[in-house]
Amino acid sequence: MSRLPDARRCQEWAEEMLSYARAAGAEGAEVLVRDGCELEVKVRLGEPELVKEAGSRALGLRVLRDHRVAVTYSSDFAPASMRQFAHESVELCELAEPDPLADLPARHEMAREIPDLDLWDETAPSFDAAQALRLARQGEQAALQCDRRVTNSEGAVMARVMGATAFASSAGFSGGYRGSSLSLVVAPVCDDADNKKRNGHYWTASRFASGLLDAEAVGLEAARRTLAKLGSRKIATCQVPAVFAPEAARALLGQLAAVVSGGAVWRKSSYLAAREGTAVASPLVTVVDDPLRRRAPGSRPFDGEGLAARPNVVVSEGVLRTFLCDVYSARKLGRGSTGSAGRGVGGGPHVSTSNFVLLAGKTPPAELERVAKGLYVTDLMGFGFNPVTGDWSQGANGFWIDNGSRVHPVSEITISINFDDLWKSIDGVGDDLDTRSSVQSPSLRVSSITVAGT
Amino acid sequence: MSRALGSASRLAANPLAGIDTAVAEQLLGEALASGGQYADLYFEFRRGADFVMEEGQVRSVGRVLLVGLGVRVLRGDATGYAYTEELSSARMREVARTAGQIAAADRTVAPAALSSLRGSDTYPVSESSLAQPGPDKVALLRRADAAARGFDARIVRVEVSLAEEWREILVFTSDGRLAQDRQPMLRFGVHAVAEETGRRQGGRSGTALRRGLELFALPGHAPEEHGREAARIAIAMLHAQEAPAGSMPVVLGPGESGILLHEAVGHGLEADFNRKKTSNYTDQIGKSVASQLCTVVDDATVGHARGSINVDDEGNPGQRNLLIENGVLRGYLQDRISARHFHAEATGNGRRESFRCQPLPRMTNTMLLGGQDDPEDIVRSVQRGIYAKHFSGGQVNICNGDFVFALSESYLIEDGMLTAPLRGVNLIGNGPEVLRQVTMVGHDFKLSEGTWTCGKDGQSVPVGVGTPTVKIARITVGGTRTP
Repeated sequence: MSRLPDARRCQEWAEEMLSYARAAGAEGAEVLVRDGCELEVKVRLGEPELVKEAGSRALGLRVLRDHRVAVTYSSDFAPASMRQFAHESVELCELAEPDPLADLPARHEMAREIPDLDLWDETAPSFDAAQALRLARQGEQAALQCDRRVTNSEGAVMARVMGATAFASSAGFSGGYRGSSLSLVVAPVCDDADNKKRNGHYWTASRFASGLLDAEAVGLEAARRTLAKLGSRKIATCQVPAVFAPEAARALLGQLAAVVSGGAVWRKSSYLAAREGTAVASPLVTVVDDPLRRRAPGSRPFDGEGLAARPNVVVSEGVLRTFLCDVYSARKLGRGSTGSAGRGVGGGPHVSTSNFVLLAGKTPPAELERVAKGLYVTDLMGFGFNPVTGDWSQGANGFWIDNGSRVHPVSEITISINFDDLWKSIDGVGDDLDTRSSVQSPSLRVSSITVAGT
Repeated sequence: MSRALGSASRLAANPLAGIDTAVAEQLLGEALASGGQYADLYFEFRRGADFVMEEGQVRSVGRVLLVGLGVRVLRGDATGYAYTEELSSARMREVARTAGQIAAADRTVAPAALSSLRGSDTYPVSESSLAQPGPDKVALLRRADAAARGFDARIVRVEVSLAEEWREILVFTSDGRLAQDRQPMLRFGVHAVAEETGRRQGGRSGTALRRGLELFALPGHAPEEHGREAARIAIAMLHAQEAPAGSMPVVLGPGESGILLHEAVGHGLEADFNRKKTSNYTDQIGKSVASQLCTVVDDATVGHARGSINVDDEGNPGQRNLLIENGVLRGYLQDRISARHFHAEATGNGRRESFRCQPLPRMTNTMLLGGQDDPEDIVRSVQRGIYAKHFSGGQVNICNGDFVFALSESYLIEDGMLTAPLRGVNLIGNGPEVLRQVTMVGHDFKLSEGTWTCGKDGQSVPVGVGTPTVKIARITVGGTRTP
């Protein structure tokens, strides 16, 4: 399927829909159009298991009348259907109740220009299934061949996504942009004692094909990480320092994003609700949300309500500087938006992070592991986080550290601490920022955490 | 496109109405033209609406409308997949050819003549709730909101939501099957937040069943009951203590605890993992994998249950499958590719999130059947441990069987009695090891009517879980209080 995402065409659709919505009686309207094109291949034990190719297009509409809101979603772009859809959406507003704060942004708030953030790889369209299969095969083969203890594989997946996004608002904005993204993940399996198997993975991702790691290197690293888990065991219940690898630290940072969201704050669903301007983390912690990084995975030239994207310092040396807000949550909290609205075709605007980054420290990660006894955490499992109270308890895998070295792999334990205490007791930040995804962290060390095991 | 706001008569024509066997046979032929061995077509038409009430007001109303076709072509274990939202003849043929590209062979298979599958109807609904007037649904939200607020002055915030969905599917296969189903779903949920001098806690209650608005007339499902239950949990948890850390006995309450089955054994018995030998249950059929007290079934035929399906997304009838009988592993959950590999019958577990996804072996309603013990005796038998009542979710690593699940309402058991409420805590265990630790099974089996959604390979499908009261002799409790 050769149809390419076309940002200009999407913008025309968005503007067309906007005019139908106004004609149908909407006092305010916003239209988001997404046109995507995906290619995904999976290779397992050298054989192709899946080749998936598809183009997909949909539009999301938000309409307001008398401060009543309706949010609708359709994939039908025939002009007659679009017109009817606009009518029905405006009619739906009658079921909502008036909310004086429900309104589009003011005209002067809207973005005036759309920066080019270098998010589109011109070579992405020519990246085809054959090439994807070749890289996936290479990556998997490197893992399978590097050590005879690698006996099986969950496969290697290579994906390429190309998308166009356009947004038009009756508050005075219309714009669009394209983005591309490629990724390769390799997931080998090793046999362990007691019929257990150990799985691990490693991945590379970039907006540009040229930014991907070599497939073979990905496979070798995946195998190395999986082999290291052989002989994993539980440890006794204890209180020790814990070092979080960047991948595990990223999960913590993602949970922090949820409680600095203005939406969670006015909904009384964040333990940080009354804490702006106070210390919420160790002075070693500075967190920014920056949508304007060139070529970065979470970058966006404007936000989900058509406001200019801008960097926000969320936590500065441990002090909470601001909550991230879209227009509605900002009004609820009596302030201005931070340009942090996200928007999908299936729902209205909501607070979302862009590139949410915990800035790298100066400590080499090996130095963080210099503890007498401790836990090195490679990954977390489960949903044990209560944002209202900060209670935090997760399954964990990793390694036991004795006298500064990792001595054996650990699994089937939980680690628990109040989330507020976790951030305040960070006593080391690594210099190894992992920039592969839109939530980015270096290694972190927490001075003491409860480990539950045998 | 739906015009549904008022009466049923205003519902628009079904966009799948023009899809008949002639269209399907032509597309299947196109899909197999490059040498594929098997092809199927999956047409889906999904309408949905949702209402959210916050701070006593209907904050937003939403509507969704999705139509699409997914085409799958198989050659050996390899899948070619493509989809489209546009059902023009040219576009559907292009998609069929794209999916067919996985195959490259000189010999081609012709599709068999299609004949219709007649199945049972485990969730008869005369008409979708989508056709009912919107103000009726707003009234339901208001009743739950008022009940939650009225429960206790410490309730400071209430959110109520109602979501309705009507999904029609049409499956055509190149080996001659034609299956269709209409799958309603009505979901209702309340979230309450309680506050008291510096403390804050949340509580949830809700349900999701394949029903129309008559759901609210069922015992336990009046909007007020869900409102009060959410408020009760939030208040009860205000003074919750830190949970202990370490290995100890746990009593699982009836119903929701089935999430343990789902994570501890259900995923590991999905046939794709066993075909690939990446599950810790690989090659274990006929062997003991659990205590003799454990009999586990996956049952797609429970009337109106969230996980029930009349036909799966590969056109096979949903059914009741025995997975573990008195501790012995009896069977896997199959999709088409795996059933062929194991020379097994289809079990009706090939499911997908939408036309954009290929089917995978998935659970429906997964249950541990009731036993002999009196639930009160089970609690009385524990000197010091935990009683688990409500859960917020779980996750498993299929390869080694390690799983976690999170408790949102639990109590300390001291000398056979429930005492202090405990703060949110995770349990972690290993599937086969934990099922061997099952030492008592109550006679009070219950299927949870909660909103459970299972994720796998990025695809979400609705499921059900159920258990009686169960005692696990030892499992690791991830609290913060060390002995």
